[in-house]
Amino acid sequence: MSASVELDHVTVKFGQFTAVKDAALEIRGGEFFSFLGPSGCGKTTILRTVSGFLEPTDGAVRIAGQDMAGIGPNKRPTALIFQNLALFPLMSVADNITYGLRVRGMSSGERARKADELLELIALPGQGKKLVSELSGGQKQRVAIARALAVQPKVLLLDEPLSALDLKLRQHMRAELRAIQQQVGITFIYITHDQGEALTMSDRIAVMSDGVIQQIGDGRSVYDAPDTAFVASFVGENNAFAGQITHADADSAVVQTDFGPLRGRNPKALKPGDRAVLFIRPEDLIPVTGAADSTLSSYVTNVSFEGNMTHVYLNGQGAREISMSIGRQGGTDVPQKGTVTPLSYHASNAIVLPEGTMARE
Amino acid sequence: MSSRLFVILIPLIVIAIFAILSWRDTRNNPDPTRKGFFDRNGTVLGLVFIALVGFWMLFLVVLPYLYMVVESFHPKLSPSKRGGPDDVLTLMQYKSFFIEPLSGDMNTIHMWAFGYTIVISLIVTALNFAICYPLAYYMAQTGTARKVRLLMLALIIPYWVNEILRAFSLRLLLASKGLINQMLMGVGLTDAPIDFLGNNVGLFVGLSYAYLLIMVFPLYNAIESLDRNQIEAAHDLGAPWWKIHRDVVIPYAKPGIASGCTMVFMLSAGSLAAPQFLGGPNTLWFTSVVYDFFFQSFNWPRGAAYAFVLLSACIAFVMIVLRLFKVSLGETIK
Repeated sequence: MSASVELDHVTVKFGQFTAVKDAALEIRGGEFFSFLGPSGCGKTTILRTVSGFLEPTDGAVRIAGQDMAGIGPNKRPTALIFQNLALFPLMSVADNITYGLRVRGMSSGERARKADELLELIALPGQGKKLVSELSGGQKQRVAIARALAVQPKVLLLDEPLSALDLKLRQHMRAELRAIQQQVGITFIYITHDQGEALTMSDRIAVMSDGVIQQIGDGRSVYDAPDTAFVASFVGENNAFAGQITHADADSAVVQTDFGPLRGRNPKALKPGDRAVLFIRPEDLIPVTGAADSTLSSYVTNVSFEGNMTHVYLNGQGAREISMSIGRQGGTDVPQKGTVTPLSYHASNAIVLPEGTMARE
Repeated sequence: MSSRLFVILIPLIVIAIFAILSWRDTRNNPDPTRKGFFDRNGTVLGLVFIALVGFWMLFLVVLPYLYMVVESFHPKLSPSKRGGPDDVLTLMQYKSFFIEPLSGDMNTIHMWAFGYTIVISLIVTALNFAICYPLAYYMAQTGTARKVRLLMLALIIPYWVNEILRAFSLRLLLASKGLINQMLMGVGLTDAPIDFLGNNVGLFVGLSYAYLLIMVFPLYNAIESLDRNQIEAAHDLGAPWWKIHRDVVIPYAKPGIASGCTMVFMLSAGSLAAPQFLGGPNTLWFTSVVYDFFFQSFNWPRGAAYAFVLLSACIAFVMIVLRLFKVSLGETIK
């Protein structure tokens, strides 16, 4: 059973401070939905508001169409997985998993059966008698998931549960979480500051900054068609070139930057004279080989080989560096450190957006 | 040799046994990197350490108690007869707790006082826990830093007032013509004054209040280190507030609870001032009995025997309770 979650113009304030400003969106039943943003952007506040630990100052939270105002966390059809997991250290694994059933008055025999079933689901069969402290990080993770799923929530809320794991395990758990979500078929709301996690797992992503939802869309549209300078600079690596627009039409615009005029797509229909930022992804920059739409050239400060690709860093505008990623298939020569290298890109891969707050480096 | 002199020998024998054990241990498991006590501290400083700690332990802690233990196994004698042929080891002082030596009847008065003291101390401990647990939980988990600081001040400052003054001011409040009765009658809730002191209300209030801090702080320490997320996780999984406390907070705070409860129990069973000033006319606190043997009838041996009956009963009781709640003694002093 899954349920939709609707945030109807939710605002949450702590005293003078507005943590979430007028968040309006609807998460569909069975969807894997992520809130992505840097720390302090209000995403955890949204999660706590949905789970019932916070009441919205303004607006309403509706789960399966029902207004949740005044309904406590213990009465909502949601289950929350905490960042530090918050497993009960004095209880066994099985007691942890079935705690929610115990407070609902399920008999111990039935609980034991349910525990076995859930231990099977998280691939820890026969480990119910262990203490939580005897488990590894990844196993604890799975116990926390089982404990939340045991109460058969309609919506599962996850607060950066993978952040404590090492890289390999994190990548493995991404796939596992996604698989569990498809198996149980309930709505997952996932909070993360890691865009890789959000892009790989989610059906849709809401990118947040300073309490405001900047963009909602699937991974591809957030990555390829960012709405704001913040989204462009926060989701994935991006090179930003600020300047003033000199020419503009329906399809493209030219921005006068420190590197000369650069052309890019113009989805926001900016006009000549507007302040704007042109973004080019590192993987879209190519060392010049022949004729190209636009070119710029810069001094190579560093080259780092990372196996599957090589990162080249060049002097950019101000303190910013231009970064370029060169894959292995292209067969292009990697520029040498200390040389001045001309670069090009396809204008359709660059995007021109109105100037705005950027993500911190 | 007089058994009283023998007392001094006991600690020396114990020290000798420990020295031999430690010497055997280092001989069997030699550790070349280990530096001896005198190597680490120097001879002079090492000697000073040993002399100070030895003096403290031997003369201020061990010997007085041992002397009392030995005293309790002797008959009461006038000074001239001490050390004479009548000064023998005897169990008569302990026996006198159960059977009155002069009449040969059951010593119901003292046994009753003993049982009464234990029962009232238990009730006081339970009462104190009931008051302090919510307070400690509030201070440790929900209160803002500012309010918690104010609350702590309000808890601590009354303890600057000495015990006698506190007991008497409570007496003034609770007396039949005291402030509370006058207020109750003034409002018209009662016609006649309520005998708070005779009903032992004063005793409960006085004792609970006296040991409030001793209960609050171990509880506060224990609950404070509990991760808030655990409380929220239990709540989120559907537990109402009382189940959160039953399943998450209390099990976690168990060492603190055990520590607070044992201390309050021991202290109230051994308290003297509050029962004497605030107890009703029928209240005979066991420590008052002990006190009277020492200072009214100058029967030190019997007083000592009674004091040890109380002490061993309390220790046994606390051990049983700790065992029941599966808390080790080490945890309670953390």
